[in-house]
Amino acid sequence: MHPLESLLASYPFLLADGAMGTMLMDAGLERGDVPESWNSLHPERVRAVHRGYIEAGSQIILTNTFGGNRFRLQRRGLQDRVAELNRAAAQLVRAEADIAPHKVVVAGSLGPTGEMLQPLGAMSFEDAKVAFAEQASALAEGGVDVLWVETMSDLEEVRAAVEGARSVSDLPLVATMTFDTKGRTMMGVKPVQALEMIRLFKPVALGANCGKGPDELEATIQAMHTADASMVLVAKGNAGLPEFIDGEIVYRATPEVMAGYAVRVYELGARIIGACCGSTPKHIQAMAEALRAHLA
Amino acid sequence: MEQILKEIREGIMVGDADLVPQKVQQALDMSLEAGHVLNDGLIAAMGEVGRLFEQGEYFVPEMLVAARAMKAGMAVLKPFLVSSDVKPAGRIVTGTVKGDLHDIGKNLVGMMLEGNGFEVKDLGVDVAPEKFVEVVKSGEVDIVAMSALLTTTMTNMKSTIKALGEAGLRDHVKVIVGGAAVTGTYAHEIGADGYAPDASQAAALAKSLVA
Repeated sequence: MHPLESLLASYPFLLADGAMGTMLMDAGLERGDVPESWNSLHPERVRAVHRGYIEAGSQIILTNTFGGNRFRLQRRGLQDRVAELNRAAAQLVRAEADIAPHKVVVAGSLGPTGEMLQPLGAMSFEDAKVAFAEQASALAEGGVDVLWVETMSDLEEVRAAVEGARSVSDLPLVATMTFDTKGRTMMGVKPVQALEMIRLFKPVALGANCGKGPDELEATIQAMHTADASMVLVAKGNAGLPEFIDGEIVYRATPEVMAGYAVRVYELGARIIGACCGSTPKHIQAMAEALRAHLA
Repeated sequence: MEQILKEIREGIMVGDADLVPQKVQQALDMSLEAGHVLNDGLIAAMGEVGRLFEQGEYFVPEMLVAARAMKAGMAVLKPFLVSSDVKPAGRIVTGTVKGDLHDIGKNLVGMMLEGNGFEVKDLGVDVAPEKFVEVVKSGEVDIVAMSALLTTTMTNMKSTIKALGEAGLRDHVKVIVGGAAVTGTYAHEIGADGYAPDASQAAALAKSLVA
């Protein structure tokens, strides 16, 4: 039994982690810097973020590789460092997981290419698949337990990611999409549509991440759970929407608000619960405490 | 006469980029005026597309194919618009701000603006304030439309407005902003002339600013 399945068999819910990008910005990442480059440039700062979430109670930690595919890195001239940066990212999480006080699953994050697939855009399915395979291969080499496709808007791109991953690795898969446009993804994919397509790939879990705010995510989980109560659902919502107040970026959803979302989304059927943009270990801690109290 | 315009509109609605230019040519061959075909064919259709987008019935794919069909029709129509002295609704410069590479939203805005009769010059992504200033300085620009997805890059909207001010150009243009992290409050804070939450409303906003 692989680590994620084993944890799912042992607990009613699993706590995933929270945001990486915003945490790295707090640690000094500047506008325009490439977060993935810090896996090599400032590995200790990346590890510190992972450690923060583990200490808050996270049982699944995602690698700092959201934009780590060839297409995204190419925009910053880093396309030749896909293998290096993804491997390093996986090793950093693995290092923290190995010294963690509880069992931690290392998840390799694969985010969108940023290009639209033909015929709407310029990218071929094959090129996307190869890019995801390249990333998955390096993540697997670096020691991840599971490959985690996230923040997708296009079902065909999910398919390219899954096929790419499966072409180089037997590691289990998780896939989440971002439903940020009137309850669907920006490409028009409905939550139930996403579930019906993604479950054909036999992932360990699927669901939603990012999006607009916790409210929309709850509706998404509810729709998915109603459609198929047998699927393990992932809910990784933003800490609300960002606002610019007095020159500072403030995410509206406080730890208390996120704690409420965590319990609601559990009740609606999510079993892997975490957070996305704007969240911090404090949010995860509040969510952990609320969920434990709820189930006590 | 109405029938051919209806066919043009329907062709755009379903994104038939082969049919629409054919029908536009047919309309011109029937001696319809270019401006009439533009307003009651292309612009009317894009207005409906924008409405469906705002209502959550059309999403990015439907918008893109509709815009493509419109563009194909526009390519046939353009020389006739020029020769019959039909002027664009306005001239707009679009761009995603410095440090930000996201462009889907900006591209949709550009499409809806063109679909409403504006002439659009797209500066692409990662556009420095100096570049916006340079383009405004060098030509007749009515509106500068900036996009940013990230909270970290949207501050470059403020920098661009400041740069326009320093170049003595702020009063020469209207500035509108949009993007996932941008809000009306932020737009007001930085001195922009307007904010729109989506491409369709951006077109309505632009129209109101040049009226």
